[in-house]
Amino acid sequence: MSSDLETAANRDTLRRVAIDPISRVEGHGKVTLLLDEAGQVHEARLHIVEFRGFEAFIEGRPYWEIPVIVQRLCGICPVSHHLAAAKALDYVVGAVPVTATADKMRRLMHYGQILQSHALHFFHLASPDLLFGFDAPVAQRNIAGVIAAHPDIARQGVGLRRFGQQVIAATAGKRIHGTAAVPGGINRHLSATDRDALLAEADTMVAWSQAAVALVRRLHEADPALYDRFGCVPSSLMSLVRADGAMELYDGQLRLRSADGEVLRDAVPSHDYMDFITEAVKPWSYMKFPYVTDLGPEAGWYKVGPLARVQNCDFIPTPLAEAERRAFRAYSGGAIQHASLAYHWARMIEMLHAAEVIRDMLPDPDLTGGERMAEGPRAASGVGVIEAPRGTLIHHYWVGDDDLVRWCNLIVSTTHNNEAMNRAVREVARRELDGQTLTEGLLNHIEVAIRAYDPCLSCATHALGKMPLEVRLVDAGGQCVAQKVRNG
Amino acid sequence: MSQPTFLLDGQSVPFDDGQMILEAARAAGRYIPHLCWHPDFPPHGSCKLCVVKVAGRHVSACATPARAGAEVESDTPEINTERRTLLQMLFVEGNHFCPACEKSGDCQLQAMAYDLEMTTPRFRHFFPDRPVDASHPEVLLDFNRCIYCELCVRASREQDGKAVFALTGRGINKKLAVNAESGRLADTDFAANDKAAHICPVGVILKKRVGFAVPIGERTYDRAPLHEVALPKLEGDT
Repeated sequence: MSSDLETAANRDTLRRVAIDPISRVEGHGKVTLLLDEAGQVHEARLHIVEFRGFEAFIEGRPYWEIPVIVQRLCGICPVSHHLAAAKALDYVVGAVPVTATADKMRRLMHYGQILQSHALHFFHLASPDLLFGFDAPVAQRNIAGVIAAHPDIARQGVGLRRFGQQVIAATAGKRIHGTAAVPGGINRHLSATDRDALLAEADTMVAWSQAAVALVRRLHEADPALYDRFGCVPSSLMSLVRADGAMELYDGQLRLRSADGEVLRDAVPSHDYMDFITEAVKPWSYMKFPYVTDLGPEAGWYKVGPLARVQNCDFIPTPLAEAERRAFRAYSGGAIQHASLAYHWARMIEMLHAAEVIRDMLPDPDLTGGERMAEGPRAASGVGVIEAPRGTLIHHYWVGDDDLVRWCNLIVSTTHNNEAMNRAVREVARRELDGQTLTEGLLNHIEVAIRAYDPCLSCATHALGKMPLEVRLVDAGGQCVAQKVRNG
Repeated sequence: MSQPTFLLDGQSVPFDDGQMILEAARAAGRYIPHLCWHPDFPPHGSCKLCVVKVAGRHVSACATPARAGAEVESDTPEINTERRTLLQMLFVEGNHFCPACEKSGDCQLQAMAYDLEMTTPRFRHFFPDRPVDASHPEVLLDFNRCIYCELCVRASREQDGKAVFALTGRGINKKLAVNAESGRLADTDFAANDKAAHICPVGVILKKRVGFAVPIGERTYDRAPLHEVALPKLEGDT
């Protein structure tokens, strides 16, 4: 697929630039730019250099362990893996559908997760770039800098994330790595105490989320030359939507929309994903490259996540977020937005939607009482698809008669965006690299482009750690001619 | 004639003739850590967690008869350090991954690690790779969590009259085995209501399809620490 991303006629004459590792993303990645003699970026590769192998080591484990094991993939959105696994295994235990209580508890947990993850990404990881500029000193361009310069924004960001985490704790049992979703249902109710505590703050969270959307919108309107063009990578968009076309993050059917807005595929049942999507493998990355099978690898790659979801749905079923979606569409005159930084705007619209959903769901008596578990005829396999904060997340399991997992397949959100991220890196590098010198500015711009996708490289393959930035400029002979190192 | 007594960490503990130190302490409401000891079975003396110091010697409290006037040291830094080391060795011998283990919160090994403030396994992990036995329709065996207490072996033999389980191999190669030609639990007369099905202190013998039905945080050792749960209910307790 996309051969111009990764092949060159005379590879020996290319110069190699590596950004390793990339900071303020979840997990470890590395970027290599191969330059030709004219100093033009000929190839761009986002390498995912780590390997985790969850799919292999959960084979042979009993199915009821799986929602708890697989969430250890990630410390940022474990809830998404927890729920996707439980949803898939509902089919295995015949709990289709689960009870109203189970469905609502899981939904509430999920929207808590969307809220906290989007708040974390925007305020803690991305806002320093947007508020101070990509080339601001590293010492300022971090969350501590935001706290110093914009204390109200920082306070609201921290508060929104905290609230999301509290929703998760109240529904999952813990803020991180809870155990409430089990195959067939849920193992707890929402307590009245937790419900009341969350309700007391729910309106404030909606208001703060509105302010966050307004902030990103102002940034776009203030500098359209940057925001509309930076890392712009036109592509199809994929996400779940509800049967009536509404935004739906917990359950639904797959929809694919073309780069110019035409619905290409609609109402694809999530359990048909294996016919719908093919995963290509590249020798230089552990992360696969999915594409829509019948469109082929050249035309069939797509973006997922907030930017896809906000533009793929026909409407958002909460009023404040829907108004912001309309403003988002009106900003581009109805055209589909593909610029990397538009992800942030879409992400904040989704955060507002999540805050509204949480506020509206909390008084529901099904959360505090009612049947928690359902069961029915056993099935040998199940597929669970959910819109995780970063995009469409697919879990698929086969379970033997002896209750052990025989086979599993996980396609995580970041993987779907692999091609788009590679293209965004190349687009930015081609515009910013002068061909002679490695500048901090170039590296910052490439990182900002990748960060916009909020990639979870741990989910895609590996683990979290401190990520200082090391950049090496290597000539075609393997000689390091320039190096920059800074601490993350 | 008054009942004889010994001193446990300086406090007087009465005992009956022939009673072991651990039993007498327990009857008096005093906890001495143990994993392989069980009130329904004779002392086994394999886990060594009940180690105490008597007259300068380190002995198993479960298998050492109480003696009048003896001075027994149990809850001391020296003895608890030894117990922690034993625990650490048990943790690295098996695959004790509490975060994803369905026995978490009901596991005596985990509860004891909390009780004795074990913060790290310290030693190199063995990472055993023994296949799960899921052949039985009601019960699953995860051999990688065995601590060789032989409670299932003893329960099956002495209470169920079946001899379903056995330890095979020696030393570092010791492992739990199922007493069938195929080695599969389904090929034995094991039943889910056997005593042996309910006695495992860790996560080896598990009733199938239960998993995380009880939330973490509401389990046995989430509600009270092991040193309280392990003591018999005394008169007047609620």
